[in-house]
Amino acid sequence: MLQQLFSKLGRRRSSKDVAKERLKLVLIHDRANVSPQFLEMVKGEIIKVIRNYMEIDEEALDIQLTKTVSEEGEGIVPALIANIPIKSVKSSGRSL
Amino acid sequence: MGEVIVITSGKGGVGKTTTAANLGTGLSLLGKKVVLVDTDIGLRNLDVVMGLENRIVYDLVDAVEGTCRLKQALIKDKRFDGLYLLPAAQTRDKNSITPEQMVKLCEDLSEEYDYIIIDCPAGIEQGFKNAIAGADRAVVITTPEVSAVRDADRIIGLLEANEIKNPALIVNRVRPDMVKKGDMMSIEDIIDILAIQLVGVVPDDENIIISTNRGEPAVSENKSMAGQAYRNITRRILGEDVPFMDLAGQGNFIAKVKKLFGFRSA
Repeated sequence: MLQQLFSKLGRRRSSKDVAKERLKLVLIHDRANVSPQFLEMVKGEIIKVIRNYMEIDEEALDIQLTKTVSEEGEGIVPALIANIPIKSVKSSGRSL
Repeated sequence: MGEVIVITSGKGGVGKTTTAANLGTGLSLLGKKVVLVDTDIGLRNLDVVMGLENRIVYDLVDAVEGTCRLKQALIKDKRFDGLYLLPAAQTRDKNSITPEQMVKLCEDLSEEYDYIIIDCPAGIEQGFKNAIAGADRAVVITTPEVSAVRDADRIIGLLEANEIKNPALIVNRVRPDMVKKGDMMSIEDIIDILAIQLVGVVPDDENIIISTNRGEPAVSENKSMAGQAYRNITRRILGEDVPFMDLAGQGNFIAKVKKLFGFRSA
């Protein structure tokens, strides 16, 4: 019976690993929220790069930190989701 | 010119006041001139932890408002040479003083003292802003719990936003027996997450409660584990390179006996 108990305990992930993983996730959000400039900086850089290839609606650009289900099935992972409306693609962006 | 060190944590009850008391006392035992400043206005406790509650006449707000001279508000600790306490006001609130007044106070105190140890209130509101206003450096306290580590991370961000760079970390109430079992985050786990420099690890020690009961800081008790940890922290604060204590195998005796007989300790 004791052995059964031990094997059961063994299969469960240690609670400190659970704690660490939960903390890492929650801190990604907390840290982004501490500096409101953070997302603005990311946004600015993204616009700079994309502008080289296409004309986008900068006013309507929406970017946020969120959570999503991992494709590898490892549970919830943080994700940066950007919604960037395109007005037109520059000719230099077309395939040669 | 003295140095102003703020002891902060975000979360309440993780050991800010105990740390302030022990660090201040530890520094005075090493011959430094120290003043402990309790900025937790309305919820003062550094006085009782230090056992100086019966000697308060004037307080921080009196000194800042000019009701008394700064010297009159400082309580000299007769047990430890060079140690003084500036108690918080108990019947006022956090808005009774401003960050500008704190900056001035810290400047005045650092003319006379080697170290000014500021005990910060919990939270991130006015009391926190007052406490960090005049600080040169910061010590962040956490415990190995998700709530405390999360709040410590927030505090680290706010300290950096306020130009207090490179805060040092103390992990308090570590239980080596639980860490060993994988039921408590280790020091490495916490450092990995917070990414700041470690200045001390304090084991969960019932001597802290006993010394608080008596109003005698544990740092002056030779046989206390936590006291030893605080003595090490004091020397690291002074810039000495002190090896970290080996906490493994120091779980309390009863827990060990219980484990031997297959009980799970509560």
